Amino acid sequence: MIYLELFWSFFQIGLFSIGGGYAAMPLIEQQAVDIHPWLTMGQFADIMAIAEMTPGPIAINSATFVGIRVAGFRGALAATFGCVAPSCVIVMTLAWLYYHFRTLTLVQGVLAGLRPAVVAMIASAGLSIVFMAFFGQRSLPADISGIDPAAVFIFAAGFFCLRKWKLNPIAVMAGSGLAGLILYSIV
Amino acid sequence: MNGKARKYWTLFWSTFELSACTFGGGFVIIPLMRQKFVDELHWIEEQEMLDLVAIAQSSPGAIAVNASILAGYRVAGFAGALLTVLGTVTPPLIIISLVSLCYQAVRDNAAVNRIMAGMLAGVGAVICDVVVTMTGGLLKGRRALPAVMLIAAFAAVRFFGIGVVAVILVCGAAGAADTVIRASHAKREETESGQSRPDKGGGS
Repeated sequence: MIYLELFWSFFQIGLFSIGGGYAAMPLIEQQAVDIHPWLTMGQFADIMAIAEMTPGPIAINSATFVGIRVAGFRGALAATFGCVAPSCVIVMTLAWLYYHFRTLTLVQGVLAGLRPAVVAMIASAGLSIVFMAFFGQRSLPADISGIDPAAVFIFAAGFFCLRKWKLNPIAVMAGSGLAGLILYSIV
Repeated sequence: MNGKARKYWTLFWSTFELSACTFGGGFVIIPLMRQKFVDELHWIEEQEMLDLVAIAQSSPGAIAVNASILAGYRVAGFAGALLTVLGTVTPPLIIISLVSLCYQAVRDNAAVNRIMAGMLAGVGAVICDVVVTMTGGLLKGRRALPAVMLIAAFAAVRFFGIGVVAVILVCGAAGAADTVIRASHAKREETESGQSRPDKGGGS
């Protein structure tokens, strides 16, 4: 049954991808291109692009896209719920453990150690996104003359509004989209 | 609407809105979620949020889904977690279903691409803002260890390509070791000075 197959494939993807959307990509490729004849490599590349440019987690986006291609909207539902099912069980268990044991000194020590790691990882991901916006690639290029001035301007204006006036991030994102539409049309 | 129903609705709608507005995966939704649940709704504390993010990152699955499960569980238990999962997966379900119908047209549309390029720069600004705020919170205790760990973890992820899980394990172990060492240190000082001192507390 196709719905069960979709559910099970994306259940495995959800279970084995640790560390966010980019970690799920090779697993999706394996399940949907190699094991099952659901997608061609070209369609898989299209999914990468779609998942990048639409809101929402990459794994959920690809689950929906694959599901709808293979078995319509119900296929999309099966794949999406397969994808989140492992998270629901594992994370809720961890949440329960956290709220029961977080007052223990040793647990507090572990958690205190995790905090700098979390900030460091967000900083690294943020840097990748800034470079992506400025240069169209995830790391700093040797030659920075290809920098996109409109992106730098939008970034600087957005950062200023956030620091100075504590503007709502969603408002900043909407303003950035509008600024992009205007600035890139002029340039 | 009574208080409980309103809380459930706010939970669902908050995660729905966040999921519908975040481009680019888990690391983008975390800052927005922090802003919503910590600064705006005051449902989760600052330090607690960092702990939840660490759990979300080191668990399998999409970070955004994991983080919303944790936030939902914190605010309204099991039912809350189910609501926030639903809130997080519904927007992509709707949007991708629509996009898959007219993918080619959307991908080649110049206006859409310009808006996307602008939003990418905006997302960068949002993340940088959150990193500055979070770093300030970490360094408030004026201890050297968090600062050193922050730099080391950043270098490990950014320059040496070390996996997220490995970094989390090492930092957790370092934090535990630090607590044990400080606890035994405090005990020794106590017996040497011969008088009891107020407990300085565990984490900073």
